[in-house]
Amino acid sequence: MTALRPLVQVLRQVCGTVPGALGFAIVLVVLGAAIFAPWVATHDPDRLDIMNRFAAPSAAHWLGTDHLGRDLYSRLVHGASIAMAVALSAIAAALTAGTLLGILAAWMPPRGEAAVLILFDVISSFPSLVLALAIVAVFGPSTFMVVVIAGITLTPHFGRVARAQVLTLRSAPFLEAERILGAGLPRIVFRHILPNIMGPLIVLASMDIPVVITIEAGLSFLGLGVRPPLASWGVLIQDGYQYLSDSWVPVVVSSAALAVATLGFTLFGEALRDAVDPRIRQER
Amino acid sequence: MRAETARYLASRLVTSALIVLGAMLLLFALSALVPGDPAVTLLGPQATPEFARQFIREMGLDRPLHERLWLFLTNVLTGNLGTDVLSGRPVAGMVLSVMPYTFVLTFGAIGLAVLLGVPLGVFAATHRGSLADNVLAFISVAFIAVPSFVVAILLLLVFSIWLNWLPVLGAGNADDLWDQARRLILPMAALAIGWVGFIARLVRSSMLEVMAEPHIRTMRAYGIPERLVTYKYALKNACIPTIALLGMGVGRLLGGAVLVEIVFARPGLGRLIYDALSVRNFPVVQGAVLVVVVLFVVVNLLVDLSYSAIDPRMRRGGAAK
Repeated sequence: MTALRPLVQVLRQVCGTVPGALGFAIVLVVLGAAIFAPWVATHDPDRLDIMNRFAAPSAAHWLGTDHLGRDLYSRLVHGASIAMAVALSAIAAALTAGTLLGILAAWMPPRGEAAVLILFDVISSFPSLVLALAIVAVFGPSTFMVVVIAGITLTPHFGRVARAQVLTLRSAPFLEAERILGAGLPRIVFRHILPNIMGPLIVLASMDIPVVITIEAGLSFLGLGVRPPLASWGVLIQDGYQYLSDSWVPVVVSSAALAVATLGFTLFGEALRDAVDPRIRQER
Repeated sequence: MRAETARYLASRLVTSALIVLGAMLLLFALSALVPGDPAVTLLGPQATPEFARQFIREMGLDRPLHERLWLFLTNVLTGNLGTDVLSGRPVAGMVLSVMPYTFVLTFGAIGLAVLLGVPLGVFAATHRGSLADNVLAFISVAFIAVPSFVVAILLLLVFSIWLNWLPVLGAGNADDLWDQARRLILPMAALAIGWVGFIARLVRSSMLEVMAEPHIRTMRAYGIPERLVTYKYALKNACIPTIALLGMGVGRLLGGAVLVEIVFARPGLGRLIYDALSVRNFPVVQGAVLVVVVLFVVVNLLVDLSYSAIDPRMRRGGAAK
């Protein structure tokens, strides 16, 4: 229970500002929809009802139906699950790879360190969507490829911060003491370095969630990410865009959902950064 | 000083060359990894065996891997990006013919973003803490957070379909400049909007930083008009980080341009790659992606060099990270 106290304190600080509170509320709604999608949704997101195409919002279909008569509200709710699943797995992958590379870079001889830093520079400044197009051209579109592409794109964010944190920690007196007492590298890394650099990395992870959501939606919109019957937000926007001349409701509703979600996560991430450590500047 | 500049220049050139080489190797590796028989994928299952064999020979697909790699690298260096499988036209020509559209779109968007973002940032900095500052801060985050293709679709819906103010799709008649400009407005705005937010925020924070420095205080003490202090002296220093931001952002901007080009059905590099992708025309994808990478590396290099020319503090050991 005592471990929860700093968390509560940080959240109180986040909600202390209007944007932070708004962001936190949106994050809670999206997460709730994502986790409890089967119970929050009112219909089966894939059930066709051709007689009811482009139905206007009503008591039966809260946000109307799409070009195949599927319930839009339920599809949006399931879209939240997909967005969150992709975002969390891509960030977990990037966090792991970036932290490892970052710690490694800090410990390597200057030449190796420079190589890792150049790799980070190349990845983070590369037009990642264009790279994604080339990769998808070969391996074909799939949800897994979206995770891979987003994971690679984000790895340098975590790598740079991890390296910088390790560099400031390395000469700390308590680590000096550990080393003199004969602690090996694994012990130093896992017992001391990792717990100490986790804070800024978690803040960064929360700030990268909207980035992954955008990548996933963009690729899925192009038909290069999550495949159509699955209700990703990008797929929903593509469906709506295709049938724009029949009805504007689906495209506006699904675009609004994506926009509100990315805005909410961005506001929350920035408030969290300000609450935890105002000195961490956006690394982009 | 001279030697330092030369060394910085050399290291930047080497890094850029490495990036291009890496991209070439990656693209080659991807093309070698295309699953299945390349002749079947590209020509379709109906192709006769003789035709498929001839095709494979012409594309050099029957040679060993290292020979193909060497051929690919030397071809690219002489400006030969390969041949479009379907039309038989050289890829380099196809890329060159659509490049102006992407250029106009991205650089137009950068221009628009600077024109709107810088004044907004200065305004927010000079009215720090006011209601307008807070509202602007929120709007900036919203602009940054919302994906550009969503903005593109909504702009299209409102201004083309509902209000019918601007034509919807395509780049317009090649001879009619007015038509082309009108069709450029919405895609440019969609691409620029996120950068308006980025630039406004960055200009605001660097203005506040510069305004707190002693030389600004000295100017005020000498009675130089506030307007002159803000716009002539403070803004000049505050613009340096913005230039760096734009350099780093070119990659994202090119990526965003792909999506915007597709929403507005405009010709361009993104459209070219996307269309080739849907028929699995890999040589075109390969050539066009390579051009995007080179473009991006060149722009980045130019930005970096101009950056170090404007701010001598940056010359030592590259950008401070």
